[in-house]
Amino acid sequence: MHYTTAHEDTELIQLLTPDGELREHPDYPLDISAAEVRGLYRDLVLVRRIDTEAVALQRQGELGLWASLLGQEAAQVGSGRALRANDMVFPSYREHGVAWCRDVDPWELLGLFRGVTNGGWDPNEHGFQLYTIVIGTQNLHATGYAMGVQRDGALGDDGTAVISYFGDGATSQGDTNEAFNFAAVNNAPVVFFCQNNQWAISEPLERQARVPLYQRALGYGFPGVRIDGNDVLATLAVTRRALRSAREGQGPTLIEAFTYRMGAHTTNDDPTRYRVSAEIDEWKQRDPILRLRAYLANQGMATDTFFAEVDTEADQLGERVRDECRALADPEPLDIFREVYAEPNSHIDRQRADFAEYLASFEDAGVTEGR
Amino acid sequence: MSVITYRQALRDTLRAEMLRDEDVFLIGEEIGVFEGSYKITEGLLKEFGERRVRDTPIAEEGFVGTAIGAAMLGLRPVVEVMTINFSLLAIDQIVNHAAKVYGMFGGQTSVPMVIRTPGGGGQQLGATHSQNIELFYSFIPGLKVLAPSGPADAAAMLRAAIRDNDPVLLLENLGLYNSKGEVPEDDEPVAEIGRAAVSREGSDITLIGYSRMASVATQVAQSLAEEDISVEVIDLRSLRPLDRETIVESVCKTGSAVIAEDDWLTYGIGAEIAATIQEGAFDFLDAPVRRVAMAEVPLPYAKPLESAALPSAESVTTAVKETLNAVGRRVG
Ligand SMILES: Cc1ncc(C[n+]2csc(CCOP(=O)(O)OP(=O)(O)O)c2C)c(N)n1
Ligand SMILES: [Mg+2]
Repeated sequence: MHYTTAHEDTELIQLLTPDGELREHPDYPLDISAAEVRGLYRDLVLVRRIDTEAVALQRQGELGLWASLLGQEAAQVGSGRALRANDMVFPSYREHGVAWCRDVDPWELLGLFRGVTNGGWDPNEHGFQLYTIVIGTQNLHATGYAMGVQRDGALGDDGTAVISYFGDGATSQGDTNEAFNFAAVNNAPVVFFCQNNQWAISEPLERQARVPLYQRALGYGFPGVRIDGNDVLATLAVTRRALRSAREGQGPTLIEAFTYRMGAHTTNDDPTRYRVSAEIDEWKQRDPILRLRAYLANQGMATDTFFAEVDTEADQLGERVRDECRALADPEPLDIFREVYAEPNSHIDRQRADFAEYLASFEDAGVTEGR
Repeated sequence: MSVITYRQALRDTLRAEMLRDEDVFLIGEEIGVFEGSYKITEGLLKEFGERRVRDTPIAEEGFVGTAIGAAMLGLRPVVEVMTINFSLLAIDQIVNHAAKVYGMFGGQTSVPMVIRTPGGGGQQLGATHSQNIELFYSFIPGLKVLAPSGPADAAAMLRAAIRDNDPVLLLENLGLYNSKGEVPEDDEPVAEIGRAAVSREGSDITLIGYSRMASVATQVAQSLAEEDISVEVIDLRSLRPLDRETIVESVCKTGSAVIAEDDWLTYGIGAEIAATIQEGAFDFLDAPVRRVAMAEVPLPYAKPLESAALPSAESVTTAVKETLNAVGRRVG
C-alpha cells in the first residue's frame, strides 16, 4: 500500500479509536459535555445525509455536479464546531459539513451546484466565504484576510481567527506555499486546515509530497499537527487550540486531518479506474460516525431512542433537501449581466440593452435560447 | 482515410510521435494513471512507462517551468494543461520564459515545447473553468498558437508542433473532442504553421472562425446554401502567426465579412481580424465587418444562462444575414 495507515502513525493525534475508545492526550484535554458529544453525532449523521441526497439528486439530473464529502464528515464537523461566531472560513468546494456548522442552509449549496445562483449566502453573516475551485487560491485570500484582522487589531479572546480549507493536492500549488510563508512572516491569525483525503482526483498523496504534510509547516516556521481526521473529538480539540492560538496573536498553525475520500472526486469521476477496493474497505473500519456512536453507547451517554430520533431527523432533512432542490427556480437569460461589477458599468448596460432587443426578436419566432 | 474523433486523432499522433522520437515525452497532472481529464493520453502510460509519461504534483507553474528546463536540454516535452484556464497559473513561465529564452539567451537555446490545452465553454464548468483566453498567448511574440477545428488538422498540427523548435500552444476544445472526421491513415501530413484554410468556397460573404467556431461556421454555411446564400468559410487554424493573405484575398472577392469567435468581443481575436481586413481589403468592403462573440461576462454555470451567453449557429446566421442586407442583398 502506498499510504501510511493511521494507527501505525505515532505522530497522529487521536482521542477516539476506531473502536470508540477514548484515549486521553496530555496536550489536548477534552473539555466537552455529553450533550455536546451527542450534538456532534447529530451533525455527522445529518451532514452525511445531505451529501447522500445531493449525490442522488445529481444522478437524477437535478444538479450539474456534486463533490461528495463522504468519509470526511468528522474532519469538517470537528473543525466547524471549533469555530466561534466571529471566525471566518475560507472553504474550497467540498466543505458542506463546515457550511452546515456555519448555518448555511444545505439548499444554498445545492443552488450553487444546480447553477441557479453563484452563491446565495452572505459570507459575513455566516463567517463562511463562497466556494472556490481553482486549487489553492483561497489560502492566499485567507492569509490576506487574517493580515487585515491583525491590522484592525481584532485579536484577543473575542477576536477573529481565520481558517482555510484545502486538500492534499493543493499543498503542491505555489499559492499554498506562498500563503504559508506570508502567514509565517506576518504571524497572521490563520489556521491552515488540510484535509488529506489521500487523493487529488486520481493522484495519490505520494505524487504530492515526500514528507508528511503537517511537517511542511516547520520549514516555514510555524507549528504543524497531524490529527486523525475521522476522529471528531481530536479534530475539535486540536482545531480549538489552533484557533485560540491564532486569536491570541501566536500566529498560524497547519493542521493535517488524515482522512479518506470514500466517494468519487466528484459525480463526474469513476474512482475504480485508479484505486483498489481493499483500500476503501480498510477505511470503512475507521468510519467517523460508527466510532462516535460506539463511544456514546458504551459510555451510556446516549440511548437507542436518541439514535432513532437522529435517524428520523435525517429522514426529514433528506426530504426537505429534495423538495427545496426541486423548487429552486431557473434564472432568466438577462441575469448573465447582473453580477459582473459591483458598481454600474456602461459596457454592461449597453450589452444588456442589445441582448434584450435580441431576445425580443426571437420571442415572435418562439425561440428562447441561444445568442 | 479513416473516420475518427478529434480525441483519437490527438492520441494517435502523440503515440506515433513518441514512437518516432525518443526525446518526446508527456508531462502534466492526471495524464498517466488517469489518462487525462479528457482521455487524450489513454493507454500511453501503459505503453511507454513513467519515463515518457510524467504525472506531476498539482502545480501548473511547476510542470510548465520544468518542461521548459527539459526542453533547454533538447528534449521535446508535450505538456498537457488540463484546461486553458489553469495555464493562468503558469503564465509567467509561458510568457516570460518559454517565449523569451531563445531571444534573451542570444539565440543559443531554443525551447522545443508543446503546450496542449483545451478551451471552450458550454460544458457547465463555471466562470473560472470555461474561458477562451488563447488571445493572451496569441499576443506574445516568441509563441506560436495553433487552433485545429477537426481531427485531420488536430493530427497534422500536433505533429507540426512537436517537430517545431519553438514553443507552440496547441489550442484544443472541449466541444470538439467527440467530433469526427476523416484522417489519412498511412502518410503523416505535417501542417504548415501559419496557414489558414478556405474550408468552403463561396462568393457572397466571408465567414471567419477558428477552433469550435470554424466548425460552427461550416454548419452555418451549409444551411445558408439552402437559402441560396454562398458563404466562403475561412478556418484560421493558426492564431500566431496569422495568415493575413488568405483572409484579405477572400474578403477582396466577397466584399463582406463576419467573424465568429468563442472569446469575448472587446479586444478579442476578432478585433485583430477586423483590423487586418480594413488594412488589406478596405476598398473592397461593401459593409462593416461584423463580429459575433461571447457575451462579455464571466461565463455562468447555470445551463440556460450559459447558453444565453455563448455565440451559436443562430447568432452567426443572424449576423451573416444582417451584413448581407446592409450590402443591399435582401435575405431572410
Ligand atoms: C489550479 C487548478 N488546477 C487543476 C484543477 C483541477 N482539479 C480540480 S480538483 C483537483 C484535485 C485537488 O485535490 P485536493 O487538493 O487533494 O482536494 P480534494 O479534491 O481531494 O478535496 C484538481 C487537480 C483546478 N481546479 N485548479
Ligand atoms: Mg485530496
